[in-house]
Amino acid sequence: MSDKHPPKHAAGEHSGKAHEATPAAEETAAVVSVDTAGGAMEPSAVPATAQSGQLPGGPDTLLRKIFTGSGMVSVLAVLLALVIGGLLIASTDKQVATTSTYLFARPSDFLSAVWNAATRSYIALFQGSVFNPRGNSVAAQFAPFMETLTIATPLITAGLGVALAFRAGLFNIGAQGQIIVAGILAAWVGFALHLPLGLHLLLVLVAGIIGGAFWGGLVGLLKARTGAHEVILTIMFNYIALYFLRYLLNTPAFQRPGETNPISPILDPTAVYPQIFGTQYRLHLGFLLAIAATVLVWWLLNRSTVGFEFRAVGANPKAAQTAGINVSRSTVLVMAIAGGLAGMSGVAQVAGTEKVLTDGVAATYGFDAITVALLGRSTPWGTFAAGLLFGAFRAGAVQMQIQTGTPIDIVLVVQSLIVLFIAAPPLVRAVFGLNPRRKKPARAAKSRQAATTGGAA
Amino acid sequence: MAGLATVSASALLLTACGAPPEAGSTSSAGATDYTGCIVSDSGGFDDQSFNQSSYEGLKKAETDLGIKVNQVESKTNNDFEPNLRAMVTAGCDLTVTVGFLLRDATKAQAEANPDSHFAIVDSGYETPIANVKPIIYDTAQAAFLAGYLAAGTTKTGTVATFGGMNIPTVTIFMDGYADGVKYYNEQKGKDVKLLGWNKDAQDGTFTGDFEKQDVGKQVTQNFLDQGADIVMPVAGPVGKGAGAALKDAKAAGKDVKLIWVDSDGYLTAPDYKDIMLSSVMKQMGDAVENVVKEDKEGNFDNTPYVGTLANDGVQLAPFHDLESQVPAELKSELEQIKKDIVDGKLKVESKASPKA
Repeated sequence: MSDKHPPKHAAGEHSGKAHEATPAAEETAAVVSVDTAGGAMEPSAVPATAQSGQLPGGPDTLLRKIFTGSGMVSVLAVLLALVIGGLLIASTDKQVATTSTYLFARPSDFLSAVWNAATRSYIALFQGSVFNPRGNSVAAQFAPFMETLTIATPLITAGLGVALAFRAGLFNIGAQGQIIVAGILAAWVGFALHLPLGLHLLLVLVAGIIGGAFWGGLVGLLKARTGAHEVILTIMFNYIALYFLRYLLNTPAFQRPGETNPISPILDPTAVYPQIFGTQYRLHLGFLLAIAATVLVWWLLNRSTVGFEFRAVGANPKAAQTAGINVSRSTVLVMAIAGGLAGMSGVAQVAGTEKVLTDGVAATYGFDAITVALLGRSTPWGTFAAGLLFGAFRAGAVQMQIQTGTPIDIVLVVQSLIVLFIAAPPLVRAVFGLNPRRKKPARAAKSRQAATTGGAA
Repeated sequence: MAGLATVSASALLLTACGAPPEAGSTSSAGATDYTGCIVSDSGGFDDQSFNQSSYEGLKKAETDLGIKVNQVESKTNNDFEPNLRAMVTAGCDLTVTVGFLLRDATKAQAEANPDSHFAIVDSGYETPIANVKPIIYDTAQAAFLAGYLAAGTTKTGTVATFGGMNIPTVTIFMDGYADGVKYYNEQKGKDVKLLGWNKDAQDGTFTGDFEKQDVGKQVTQNFLDQGADIVMPVAGPVGKGAGAALKDAKAAGKDVKLIWVDSDGYLTAPDYKDIMLSSVMKQMGDAVENVVKEDKEGNFDNTPYVGTLANDGVQLAPFHDLESQVPAELKSELEQIKKDIVDGKLKVESKASPKA
């Protein structure tokens, strides 16, 4: 299907890397992707594999461009989101509201109020996530950074799962469900079995990874065998996992003895991750494992045969098939590994921070992981960095809320804005005046195009 | 479009023309340095349920007692520990935590900071902790009255209830409601049917969360189709879905009624005033304010506060607009039942009742 438009392909790929594409070319690429999606209706000898090439994960589609856009766009998107977030904070600030009533009589009051509201919040965000100069000891000063790393841990591993699947052309939104299933198994091993130190934790980790890998692999298997779309499958599997967890938490096997609340017993001390820098921080061994997982995924993608096959399938499943790659096997395998990575997040939750199983075990990490992978452009270290950034947002939001009364939701708004801007690279480039087409001599058709785009932006 | 922009721009200009205040005028209100703090669960302070009521109680203490208030919302279960820790570091004298999910985190912080005081809403500990005061409610008592009221008011002989999730703080309402209906049947030799909850099996109809109002509407619609005319949703904001379904039914000419929970729905969900029969209230705000007051006066203790009909911690709300639809005889019977429960002549028991 996609080989009908080879030149446009090239243009599209190019546009992602060096900002050379005109909006016209980008539009054409989008049209092409619609074309190919329409083409998916054609009967094919290998439906399962053919589909993966033409649905959103396929080459040259908008989604692919979003996931692999330039690093510059990621950075600028974060900046822009922070600026807009600052304006939002200011707009809800009482001082700003009061001063705006006499804006013309004394505009300086208004402007300084806006500036104060935004900077106060962001300073609190920084103090809550990186370094707090008001802490009364060095340990207390660095406590926020430790908290950032703690929250980043499940984000990184789940983000890696999403990123890896995406590189193989699969849009995995099932991290949430995979974390839950992993959490169920890991927690059960943690509180129901009583084993010696070391072995117990190892078994908790293995149980969690297997749980996640099973839940992810099942999606891969269904897709490979039946051609069902992974987006639908993973969404449904998220619900199945959540309601299964809620059911389990209402059974005596998962409830605390003598309790009717849906909360599991506390995990054995032998089953939880040791805290790396002592008990004053929540930071646990899971963070080191997240670093190890990042290295592993990097190696897998860039140095191993399996990783090459994943990328080949992601780039063009038909060509990969022709080249002798077993696409079905790759689909199952990549989803299983992605699930296993998300499973590590589940373990980080039950054995790292929460130490119990509740129906909030996955928090929103499974969905945040998609944003993290998106911001990290689906590269292992990019995902790692994005995970740290989001960890910092989450950790800092607490301080921001306490010190300045800024609602914690503002952080969610900033996160959502980041996604929005990453999804619209031309918009971000236009805001920062980076669209190269302006420097080119204007032709009639192009200037018209620019005018419309400008109006839209 | 342009006209709209002009209008809003000129509105902005008009409001921006006020006079600036005199420089150097700062307001000082706080006469005490006592700080009361609150940490929500993931519902947030606008959950129209226990987070909101507890928060309002603390805010009331702020105005009435002149204390400082510090609040922080938890978005996920992961936030509990850092939030609580931050509150203790921020110098809170008393920290109120809301919900059983915060129990472990509260216990850990309380034990690590024996000089700080805590109060936990809707949860308790088997072994009391010296510096944590549980605030719990025997809601079944008030729900019993609601069940009796519903059974005595129904025209179709069928009443219904549903919950958000099958957890004790929800099912305690449903247990009391079921018992109230049963008691009415026993007293009057009637056979009013209850849909949505089976006390013996401890199972019934649940919407699955406290968010999806459309599910609440659907469930209520099902109850109406099965002949129910009074519904008590125990699902926080999902109750609005029930209200919507009942309003539709009323518009179609059916005589239907709604029983609200937690707060007086006539005041907190005024959209459904015309079908609001009554509400099963948990006076969490008052309890929180009282605990703050006691602690401020140096009278903190860790004996659980148990809200009952006797201490007005739980109540049946007034009938407001539907006053005329409740027969005087039924009203006096309800008064009598309330008295019997307070005196201990009538025992209302639920698996979820606080054991104190």
